[in-house]
Formats: sequence, structure tokens, C-alpha cells
Amino acid sequence: MTSAHVIASEVRAGTRRATDVLEDFLGRIEAHDGDVHAFNTVSAEQARAAAAAIDAAVDEGRDPGPLAGVPVAFKDNLCTRGVATTCSSRMLEGWQPPYDATVVQAMTAAGAVMIGKTNLDEFAMGSSTEHSAFGPTRNPYDLARVPGGSSGGSAAAVAAGFAPLALGSDTGGSIRQPASLCGIVGIKPTYGRVSRYGLVAFASSFDQIGPFATDVADAALALGVISGHDPVDSTSIPAAAPDFEAALARGVEGLRVGVVSELTGSRGNGAANGGPVLGDAAGEVLDGIDADVTERVLEAADALADAGATVGRVSVPAVTYGLTAYYLIAPAEASSNLARYDGTRYGLRVEGADVEEMNRLTRRAGFGDEVKARIMLGTFALSAGYYDAYYGKAQRVRMLTRRDFDAAYADFDVLLSPTSPCVAFRFGERADPMTMYRCDTCTIPSNLSGDPAMSVPFGTGAEDLPVGVQVMAPALGEEAMLTVAAALERAAPPLPKPPLARMSGSKGAGS
Amino acid sequence: MAATSQAATGAALSGWETVVGLEVHVELATDTKLFSAAPSRFGDEPNTNVTPVCLGLPGSLPVLNRRAVELAMAVGLALNCEIRPSVFHRKNYFYPDMPKDYQVSQYDQPICSDGWLDVPGGGRVGIERAHLEEDAGKTTHLGGADGRIHGAVGALVDYNRAGTPLLEIVSRPDIASAAEASAYVEELRAILLALGASDARLEEGSMRVDANISVRPVGSTDLRTRCEVKNLNSLRSLRNAIDFEARRHIGLYEAGEAPVQETRHWSTDGRTHSLRSKEEADDYRYFPEPDLVPLEPDPDWIERVRAAMPELPAALRERLCAQGADAADAQVIASRGLAPLVLDAVAAGADASRTVTHAVQNLALDGAELLEAAQLASLVQMETSGQLTATQAKAVLTHMCERAPDAAADPSAIAAELGYEAMDSGELEALVDQAIADNPEAWEKFCAGEAKVAGVFVGAVMKATRGQADGQAVTRLLAQRRDA
Repeated sequence: MTSAHVIASEVRAGTRRATDVLEDFLGRIEAHDGDVHAFNTVSAEQARAAAAAIDAAVDEGRDPGPLAGVPVAFKDNLCTRGVATTCSSRMLEGWQPPYDATVVQAMTAAGAVMIGKTNLDEFAMGSSTEHSAFGPTRNPYDLARVPGGSSGGSAAAVAAGFAPLALGSDTGGSIRQPASLCGIVGIKPTYGRVSRYGLVAFASSFDQIGPFATDVADAALALGVISGHDPVDSTSIPAAAPDFEAALARGVEGLRVGVVSELTGSRGNGAANGGPVLGDAAGEVLDGIDADVTERVLEAADALADAGATVGRVSVPAVTYGLTAYYLIAPAEASSNLARYDGTRYGLRVEGADVEEMNRLTRRAGFGDEVKARIMLGTFALSAGYYDAYYGKAQRVRMLTRRDFDAAYADFDVLLSPTSPCVAFRFGERADPMTMYRCDTCTIPSNLSGDPAMSVPFGTGAEDLPVGVQVMAPALGEEAMLTVAAALERAAPPLPKPPLARMSGSKGAGS
Repeated sequence: MAATSQAATGAALSGWETVVGLEVHVELATDTKLFSAAPSRFGDEPNTNVTPVCLGLPGSLPVLNRRAVELAMAVGLALNCEIRPSVFHRKNYFYPDMPKDYQVSQYDQPICSDGWLDVPGGGRVGIERAHLEEDAGKTTHLGGADGRIHGAVGALVDYNRAGTPLLEIVSRPDIASAAEASAYVEELRAILLALGASDARLEEGSMRVDANISVRPVGSTDLRTRCEVKNLNSLRSLRNAIDFEARRHIGLYEAGEAPVQETRHWSTDGRTHSLRSKEEADDYRYFPEPDLVPLEPDPDWIERVRAAMPELPAALRERLCAQGADAADAQVIASRGLAPLVLDAVAAGADASRTVTHAVQNLALDGAELLEAAQLASLVQMETSGQLTATQAKAVLTHMCERAPDAAADPSAIAAELGYEAMDSGELEALVDQAIADNPEAWEKFCAGEAKVAGVFVGAVMKATRGQADGQAVTRLLAQRRDA
């Protein structure tokens, strides 16, 4: 696979045509997306016009930008003018927004070419894409397994070589967990770093857009393009984006790396062999985190120590309450955010005898079971008489989480943990909602705190499937996070390419 | 009117007193909406003043209108409120003209709180709070009579109004009569006009008043069960609804019953009708709006707003009275927002008494508030110098209001256009002499002291000049000839 960096530099130099790049990737999609189902929409015609415009710009001596001619896939909850934006829901099937999301504008202004819209769990609610109304996406490493979610389509598209870059959204881990399961890099930036304007809201106080890429450098490149203040998002941070790519070459010497004890147990079968650097985990360790995953995280910590970082264990006690708090606040916000899908203005309408019946029938037909469950949960959590006990208490846990992270960052520059408690699982294996929700155990705390976090591949676990290590940093600490991620990438054992990406079903996508 | 109403209430209420608190919604006079850049303007084609934000399109986000905040702060300061850090909440309920099916409103942390308003001719009314919120769109039902829901076969929604900024001003239950409630609203309206915060028109809905009404035995300080009355689109409805509702409550208590807390609708039949009881009220599931950040105006900003505020109606009335206006005239002038115009015109040399008279009698007109003080002053000067008669001055004033604030509203230009030229005194004398010659009998009576027959001569001169002569000048000439 060709990286976004290589494509952009070749297209800018005039040694490669954006239209040729695009046809290579369209060919791969044509050949393999029938198996993977990463895309809800492949916008080939618009993409061909955009690529031709990039080539014309190069011919005229103009620089199309740092992503010149790079095909990019957008999660289907990012508004794209005139191109269907469905959130993988019957409710918005065929809906064409009259405007582009700010990130879509930023990517195309930088020369990227939208190649299509990717599948997700309906309204981004899920961890496997099994909740898509249009059928699940399959993991390119094993078509019998999930790609993770909710941004499973974006992760699978990049892993399968359908696009060198994709954007997703992360509310409780929806970028990092699928990146981990698909063996690629995924970043959830600091809340407010990237504009949410044009991202169809799930839980507004958590939602954050970020990139998927095959390597840390490409992810940093895309992050730089989409970061920055946006006056139409009131929660956007009024700070210019730093030079993220400059952070990649910095060594980790002297950086203090803390391994989160609650999320990272001891090495091997409880035996007291903390390894060369770390001691055993003291105190509570959350259940359900697989040993192969823990092992890779501890190896990653060792690798950083070898590279000159100071590594130690750190306790962040509030993370053990994260899941509970998240599953009250996020559904509460969702119950309000999704009220607008009532059949009046856009999307699905099921006629009724009066307005109330139209609302009811539309929502009954338009939303899937998981969405309905979360709307009910959130409505309950906000109800008079229950607000303090549920929503109010969850907000206090959120404060506590921030406080505990702040305490941890007093001693450490970045924190390490697993991204996902397990490698990619089989379809139907986590059908019970609580089992599915536990996929987000390690990722949710960073959404509660609003801090940046990313997943970087580090070896494989059971069935030779990819494992991702999560690197977390304090608010606006993306640079240190990227420095550590780049070091992990250099130290990681080679990851086998997914079988699909090794196939030559295309006209040769450069690799 | 107010006095009559109060008397009626007093008679009906022996042993009881009325307790009223008012919730007043005003549309703030901003160019754009509370959370979007769409024009905040009425009368345009339906659904043209909308953006993705106004329509609640997926992915759209609100951005708070700075001007709306400044107007809210100005109103709060005028009402002696504290300006505090505030938070927007979402009020969740399904309604087709609410684009997001929630309303963004300030809930337990409003921008203005704990103020008061002195009501002219009444007492001091506490202001509990004033908070910002967004308005909804407008639904028209098709097929039912007069756009009403009953019998309708469908509905059309216009979102032009959706998202326009509202300030809800909530008084404490300190109002003791229909007359005081009416005076409170009039004074509030005068303040809003003075600040340019709203055009505050009850009839057109840019000011909407809901009244919370209860009664209690005279001397009691308890608050009894209240009813909230809606659809009060004039001061008259407000007064009548309060009187009706107070009598209804007293009737219930005196019959051994009690009113239930509920929302009632003031109807054209002169009665209130039950809408819904609070027991069945919706649970709005308020929670902090996560798409907005808390609003924390810094002291400098508040002081800049305060410094930019114009003189308020109470102070203006005081200055009008100092110019010789009586309290009632001062009240009328201030409530029309004309006090600065009048005071400036007087300062520019216009006769105070004539200026006040014009403002009270001849300026209940659209456009009056747009007049230039200098132009009003020169009109009054033209009149007092005899260039225009009182009747002519009134006519010129009407034309000035139609043209204001255009330069074409200049009174001498208008007077010339209308052919109002001061009568040459020789010409007028000739006409007076002609009138005397034509009416010898009347002249004898006039000379014998029958002053009222002067009308015969004035009428004749007016007829000859098609009303352009100065009646006082004619009377003066008649007296000169009689006494000569």
C-alpha cells in the first residue's frame, strides 16, 4: 500500500496523476468491498471530478495541498454536500446534506479526494458495526470477525487498502477500538481540537473526529489538516494546531510513561514476573482484559524503556467507574440529540393520523434496537426524580476521572494501556449488550476526561490477530502522544498484512 | 381605563386581594438569530430565513449571538438585576415547529436575576429573573377553520421565526391589581423601546405576556394556588383576564371550593378556559446544553454595556415634567419612546408646551420615533412664529412622520409642498374687511360685545383661504377694528 505521504508528494511533484491514484483504489474497492462492506456509498463520479481538478491544478503550477490526490474515506456520519449521509440508519437513508462538515472542507481544501462514505454502527452506537442498518462490515484480517466499531467501515477501508486515509468519530472509543482490531493507527484528538460542525451528533460532550491511517506519520499529517479553531463550533478550542509531524522524530528519552494499573494486569497467568521494567499491578485490575493483549502492552512499555523513556506503573482509580458513567451521560445526550428525527423535516416519514402518531411510527420504523435502547436509557436517566441519582452522579464521576488523570499526569507525560480488551471477535460473539459495552472499558476514560488518546498496532495476539496499544496524553498533549506512538511503531514486531491487502485484485495499488 | 378597571376589581374583591406575577417574553431586536447567522426578520417568504442550524439539520451546531447577550444584559441592568454567569440548558419536548425537538433556554442559571421595577402609579415589583432562549417556528393548520388544529387535514411549518432570540422576564408575585399589571407592562415596554432591545408589540407577538394569578384574603401574606393565563395579546385582555380570573378564584373559595393549578387560555368570549393541568405537565428533562459553553460576561463587558445605555423612561419623565409636562403627558410620551425627541427638540429651542402637546396629541403615529429633534424643533418654531397654523402644523407633522428619517421630512419643504405660506398681513386684513362688509348685522352684534359671533368672520376668512388663515390672527384683527 502506498502511504498518503508518498501519494501526496508524487502528485505534487507531477510524477503521478491523482486520477491514476484514484482508479487504483477504486479498483481495489470494486474487487474486494463486496466481501468487506466497508462502504455505504462509493462516490466514484465526484471523486473522478475532484481528482481531475487536482491534476489540472498541478498542470497549472498550483499546489493542491499537503494531501494532494490522496483518496480519503469519510465515516457516514460526516455531512457531505450532495452525497448521502445516512449514519447507517433507515432514518436517514438517502438524506443528502446541503453542506459539508468542517473536516470535509478541510480535507478537500488540502487536496484530498473523497472516495466514499463508510459503514458504522447506527448513529455510532456500537463496537462492531453489527448495529448498522445496512449490514455489518467485515474485518479484512478475517472476514468472519468484526472490524470493531462504531467506525468499523473507516478502519476496514484503510486496513483493506481501499483508501490510505479515513476519518471517523470517537465517542467512547469508536476510532481507537476499530483501529486496534484492524491493525492500523487511529487517533481521538483532544475534545475541541477538531471541529464537530457537520458531524451528526451522538453524544455531543464526547464526540470527537479523528483520522485512521496505516502509519503514525500519515495519521499525524491528517490530524494537522483537520485541527484548528472553527468559529461555528462553540466547543472548538481557540488554538492553532502545532506541527504534529515534527513530534514524530523526537526521541522518547526522558519522557515519563505510566502504565495504567487498573487496565493492565501482571505478566502471564498471575505469576509474579513483572518483567524487566515494570512490577506487578497493585490494587484493582478490571476483569475481562485478555492476557495476550496485556502481554503486548507490557512489551510495548519495555520497548519504550529500551528507547530511553522512564516507565512506571500508575493508578487512575476512577477508570473503573468509567463505563457506568459513560453509559448514563452518553445515552442522556443521545436521547436529546436524536429527538429531531421525527419525520417532520428530513429523512424517513411514516404517516400517521396526527403529528404524535407520525412521530411515533417514524421513530419506531427508523431506529434499530440498539438506538432505541439507548434513547430509552438516556430518557430515563434525565427524568424528573432520577436526574440526580443517574445523570448527576455520572457527571460527578466524570469530574473525578479528570481529577485522577490530572494526578497521574503530574508524574507522567503519557499513559499506556490496551486499546481493546481483546482482539477482533467473531460476529454474534458479543450479542449481549453488557459484553459489547465492555469493549470500551479502556477507551472511555479519555472521552470522559476529553484528553487525546490513540491506538497504535503492537504485534498480534490470539489467532495472529492485531493488538493495539493505547497511548493517552493530557489535554492538547498530542505531540508527546505522537512521539511515543512513533517510537512504538519503530519498535513493534512486523504486522502481517491482512489477506485482502495482499491480494492483487486491483491494477496494482502501488505496493 | 385603568382606573375603571381597578374600581371594578375593588368592588368585586371585598375582603380579597389579587396577586399577580407576570412572565413577559420579548423578541430581542437583533439582526440575526440567537444561534445562527440567519436574518431575524419577519414577513419574508416562509422558510427563507433559515440555515442548517435553524432547521436543526443533523450535524449543525449553535453559536451564541453576542448582540443578543448585550441586549439581555442592558435590559437586566435597566431592571436593576445582577448580571451573573449563566448556562444554557436543553428543554426537551416534541413539537413540529421546534426544529431540534428541544428548546435551548437558560434554566437554573439565568443571565439576569434579582432586580426590580418601579411601576408608575404603583409599587415596586421584584424581578425574579430574565433569561435568554430561542423561539420556535410557526405552524399553520390546513383545512381547519382559520388555521386552527380542529378539523385540519395537514399542517405547514414556517421556520423563519425558529431561533429568534427571546428574553423571558419573570416578575415576582408583587403585582396587586389589573391596573398595576397593565402599568408594569407599559413601563417595561417603555424601557425596552428606550434600550432598542425590542419593538415590544403585544398585538404582533414581539411581546407576549403570561399572567400567574391567585387571590388571598386581605392581610394574608400566603400565596394560594395560581393559574397561568396565556393568549393575552393586548393590555386590555391582560386587565380583563386578571379581573375575570380573580373573580373566578374568589367565587370558588367562597363556595367552599378551590382553584386547581393549571394553564388557562384567555378567549375572545371574555373568559379563561382550562388548557391543561400542571399535574399532567411534561417532564422536560432539562440538562446543560453540551454544544454551548457557559456564558461568563466579564465585568468590563458589563460596564461597557451599562455605559452605552440611554437614559431610561423614569428619568426622562422626570425631565419632561421639569419642562412643564404633567405626569400623564410625560407617561404617554415616554411610553411611546418619544421622550428623547421631545427633550432634544426643546433643547433646540422649541416651545416646550407646544412640543409636549404635539407629542401627546399628534404623534401616536408610525415613524414618530424616527423624527429628527431638529426638524421637530423647527416645525414648532414655524408654528409659534405664526408661519403655520395649529392645523397646518399637525398636517405637516403627519407628513414628516411618513417620511422620517429621510431628509425630505424637513418641515419647511413640506409646508411649501402643501402650499402653506404664511398669509401676507395686508392680504389677511383685506379679507377681514371684506368679511365685515359682507356681514354688517353680525358686525354690529360683535361690536356690541357678542364675542361668539366672531366665528362668522373667522369662518368666512377660512372659507376664502381654504383653511390656510391663522384663526388667532383673524380674531386679533377683528378686535383691532372693533376697538379702533
